[in-house]
Amino acid sequence: MERRLTGSANNAMIRKRYRREARFKAYTITALFVAFGIIAAFFTDIIGQGHSAFWRTEVQVTLDYNERAERIGRFALAEDMREIVSRGAVRSIPLEIRNNPELAGIQREIWAPAYSRIDQYRKGNEALSPELAAQVEQLEREGRIRTTFNWAFFTSGDSKLPELAGIFSAAVGSLMVLAVTLAFAFPIGVMAAIYLEEFAPDNKLTQAIEVNINNLAAVPSIIFGLLGLAVFINTFGVPRSSALVGGLTLGLMTLPIIIISTRAALRSVPDPIRLGGFAMGCSRWQVVRDHVMPLSLPGILTGTIIGLAQAMGETAPLIIVGMIAYIPEAPSSIFESATVLPAQVFTWASEPRKAFVEKTGAGIMVLLAILLTLNATAVLLRRKFERRW
Amino acid sequence: MSARDLNLWYGDTQALYDINLDMYNREVTALIGPSGCGKSTFLRCLNRMNDLIPQVRMKGQVSLEGEDIYDSSVDVVQLRTFVGMVFQKPNPFPKSIYENIAYAPRLHGTGTSRSELDDLVESSLKRAGLWNEVADRLDTAGTELSGGQQQRLCIARAIAVNPEVILMDEPASALDPLATATVEELIHELKDNYTIVIVTHNLQQAARVAGYTAFFHMGKVIEFNDTDTLFTNPAEQRTEDYITGRFG
Repeated sequence: MERRLTGSANNAMIRKRYRREARFKAYTITALFVAFGIIAAFFTDIIGQGHSAFWRTEVQVTLDYNERAERIGRFALAEDMREIVSRGAVRSIPLEIRNNPELAGIQREIWAPAYSRIDQYRKGNEALSPELAAQVEQLEREGRIRTTFNWAFFTSGDSKLPELAGIFSAAVGSLMVLAVTLAFAFPIGVMAAIYLEEFAPDNKLTQAIEVNINNLAAVPSIIFGLLGLAVFINTFGVPRSSALVGGLTLGLMTLPIIIISTRAALRSVPDPIRLGGFAMGCSRWQVVRDHVMPLSLPGILTGTIIGLAQAMGETAPLIIVGMIAYIPEAPSSIFESATVLPAQVFTWASEPRKAFVEKTGAGIMVLLAILLTLNATAVLLRRKFERRW
Repeated sequence: MSARDLNLWYGDTQALYDINLDMYNREVTALIGPSGCGKSTFLRCLNRMNDLIPQVRMKGQVSLEGEDIYDSSVDVVQLRTFVGMVFQKPNPFPKSIYENIAYAPRLHGTGTSRSELDDLVESSLKRAGLWNEVADRLDTAGTELSGGQQQRLCIARAIAVNPEVILMDEPASALDPLATATVEELIHELKDNYTIVIVTHNLQQAARVAGYTAFFHMGKVIEFNDTDTLFTNPAEQRTEDYITGRFG
C-alpha cells in the first residue's frame, strides 16, 4: 500500500485520537476548577463571616465616678447608656477607685466598646428594639458612635462578652504547644531516623520497627490524646490543660512524621557521596555529620515544619488532655492552663450568641494565616539551605 | 600489594575464586575482563570497601607492605589513608574545591594549620594537574567543575592524604575522550609516586596506561602478565578471545 504524508486513510482515526485527548484534557481542567472552586467558596465564606470581627463599635460616654459606682461599675454610666455600652468597659471601675482614691467624684469622657448587640446591629447582623435602634440613630447623628479597628481582638484573651473576646491567649497557647512539640519531637525524630537509615543493620527487628513507625503515622490523632492522658497526666503528673502536656501529646503524634520525612531526606542523598567519604577514611559518624546531614537538612526541615503545621491544626487529642478550656488570660509558662487556636475556634463555634459567629470566622482566618506563614517558612528554609551542587 | 587465596561470597554466591595477584609498587596494574567477572569486587577488597556490604564474606589474605590488611589490629579508617580510591562517577563532596581536598587531612590530623592546608591543597591540585585551571576559584563548588575536572579533583582529594596505593574503578568511563586522555596522562605521571590499581573496560586504555594487566573471568584470574606480553602474546585461549573481541 502506498504511504503518504497527507490525506492518508488514517485521518479519521487520527482525528478521533485528538478528540479523545481534548476530552481527557477537559476532564483534568474540570477537576482543577472544582478543587479550586471549593477552596474559593470556603475562603469567601470564612472571610465574609469573619472580616467584620476585625472592626468594632465604640461609643463616646461620660463616666461618673460616683459613690454607687464604687461598688458596681455600671452605675458610672448614665441610665440610658447601660444598654449601649459594654459591661466590660465599666466593670473595673470599683477596682480603679480602690487603687486610686482621688478618682472618686470626678467625671471622664471616654470612647468605650459598645455592647455586642449594638455592634451586631450596626454590622447588620442582628435586630434591636425600636427604642434602642432610635437611640443608636441619635448617637450616630451626634457623632458619638464610631467604628474602629478591633485591636482588642489580637491583644486580649477569650471572654464571655463577645465584644471583648480576643484570640491572644489561644495564639500564645498554640505557640507554646508548638515550641514544646518541636523541642520534644525534633531531636528524637531526627536521631531515630539517622540511626535507622545510616547505622542500623537490616534485620527482622529493624524491619519490624520500620513497619510500626509507618503504622504510627496512620494512627488517629485522638488515640494519641488518650495516650498522652494516660502517660503524661496520670503517670508523670504533668499539669492537665498545660501547654506542656499538649505539646508532648502532639509531639507523640508528630514523631513518626518527622522520622519518616527525615529518613526520606537521608535516603535521597546519593550513595557515591557516602562512598567517597568512606574511601577518604571517614568513620560512619563523620560521613553522616559532614556529608549526609548538610545535604539532607532542607528535606528534614521541610518535613518537620509540615509535621508542626499538622500539629498546629490538631484539636482532638488536645480535648482529651483538657486543653479546650476557657482561658481569658494568656498563660505565662508551659505549666499553666492554656488553650490553642483550633480549640478556641471550636469553643466560639459552639456559642449560641450571634456575635460569636464573626469571632469564629476571624479565628479561622488567624489560624490559616499562621499555617500559611509556617508553610512559607518551610519553602524559604528549603531555598536557603538547598545546595545546588 | 598482594592478594593470596582470596575467596569472596555475596551471601551464597561465590564471586571470587582463589585470587592470587601481586600489584607491584610504583606500577600501574590494570584489571580487565567482561562485566560481572569480579574485577570491581576484587578492587574493593583492597581498601575493605566490601566491609560496608553486610552479606559479604571473605577468606584469604590481602597484604600491604607485608601486613595483612584484614588483621584485627588494622583499623579500616587508617587503612583507607594508605589505600585511596577513585570511583567511576566523579563524586566530589558538595563543598568548595578547597574543602574537598582539605577535608580528609584535617579529619586525620595530618594537616592542621591554615598554611599547611594551603600548601597541601596547592601541591595536591598540582599533582592532579588541576591547579592551573582552578587556582583562582578554590572557593567555588567542586560540583561546578566539568566531569573531567571533577574526576581529577577526586584524584587530588585521594592524593592529599598521601596514600601508598590508589585504586581506580573505571575512572574514565563517565568522561569524554579528551577528559579521558587527560586523566590517562595523569595516571602515567602518578605511577612514579604511587602504586595504582585500575579497573577498566577499555582495553586500549589498559594497554596505554598499565605496566601489568590481569585478566579476570568468572571470578578467577585467568592470566596475569606485563601488559605487552598479555596483549601481544597471551598464554591463555580465553584471554586471546577476550582481547580480540570474540566475547565480553
